[in-house]
Amino acid sequence: MTSTTLHTNDIDPNPTGLHAHGDEHGHGHDDEHGGASHSTFKGYVTGFVLAVILTVIPFWLVMAKVFPSSSTTALVILGIAAVQIVVHMIYFLHMNTRSEGGWSLLALAFTVVLLVIMLAGSIWVMFHLNTNMMPSMQEMKNMP
Amino acid sequence: MTANTLPATGHVHHGADSAAAAPDSNQFYMTEEHHPANGTLLGFWFYLMSDCLIFAVLFAVYAVVGRSYAAGPSGADLFDLPLVALNTSMLLLSSITYGFAVLEMQRRRVKPVLAWLAVTGVLGCVFAGITMYEFMHLIHEGAGPQRSAFLSAFFTLVGTHALHVLFGILWLVVLMVQVGRGGLIAENRRRLMCLSMFWHFLDVVWIGVFTFVYLMGSLP
Repeated sequence: MTSTTLHTNDIDPNPTGLHAHGDEHGHGHDDEHGGASHSTFKGYVTGFVLAVILTVIPFWLVMAKVFPSSSTTALVILGIAAVQIVVHMIYFLHMNTRSEGGWSLLALAFTVVLLVIMLAGSIWVMFHLNTNMMPSMQEMKNMP
Repeated sequence: MTANTLPATGHVHHGADSAAAAPDSNQFYMTEEHHPANGTLLGFWFYLMSDCLIFAVLFAVYAVVGRSYAAGPSGADLFDLPLVALNTSMLLLSSITYGFAVLEMQRRRVKPVLAWLAVTGVLGCVFAGITMYEFMHLIHEGAGPQRSAFLSAFFTLVGTHALHVLFGILWLVVLMVQVGRGGLIAENRRRLMCLSMFWHFLDVVWIGVFTFVYLMGSLP
């Protein structure tokens, strides 16, 4: 609000061309910039079709027991989930390098870093805690 | 260069545009920094990222104790995958119907927006209803959250997600009233975009839930 006194045009909510350079204004002032301005029917349908395919495959893999090994199935469906998350981010949440001047992507990258640290760290630490701290039956007998 | 034109024109964006159109990539960040016109959506995105961390913690808990059955039932015993598939399709369908509402919003057509929002709300209610049914069924079978660490983590994670969906439905109803009264004014369009992000975000979290909890939990 204070900046209105400095740059009267900066926070002008009027997109109808009352600016001095109204004919030139792109989408910087548009309240839908970075969000709806990228929404198209084609984009949503593309995202939906991809999401359906990427949902059906893991359900099929698990329910039809395609792979004999559980760990193979787990790795494959985790990979497909990662791809589907990216699809949702691009087609439904309209993530790209330009939205909000790159800040939303930066926030997302920061969150992903935290997320990986938190998930991988928890699993790693707790896995080792389980294997190292769980006393074997022999040790239990010698306990006071 | 742009900094010099700033006090003169009082308008970085347009000053930059008229000065030189060619080095667009260089001037982009300069112009955006002085235009907080979209602050709400960016702020809401930050909220979603913090919400993402809540879910990350719950996923981490589930990853750690998800196989601690305490001699109770395992995921393979309890999970009804066709029901989960139905649930997933409801949420996915509600995502695209919300997308259609946003597209109608761009065309400034109030009634189709309300109609698509209503469809989204119904699909969301079906999703929440199926989750509630599943919870009731599990508790009735003696597999409530107090049965084992696995079930505690399961109920917390899936319950938090379902709670988000319920609040999303509440928000959706309030927004439908607002759009019905005020039409598609700038404020309501902004609110619709925020709920759009929230709703699609919940679908993203659900990808993690059905993959990590249901599908991987059902593996032998």
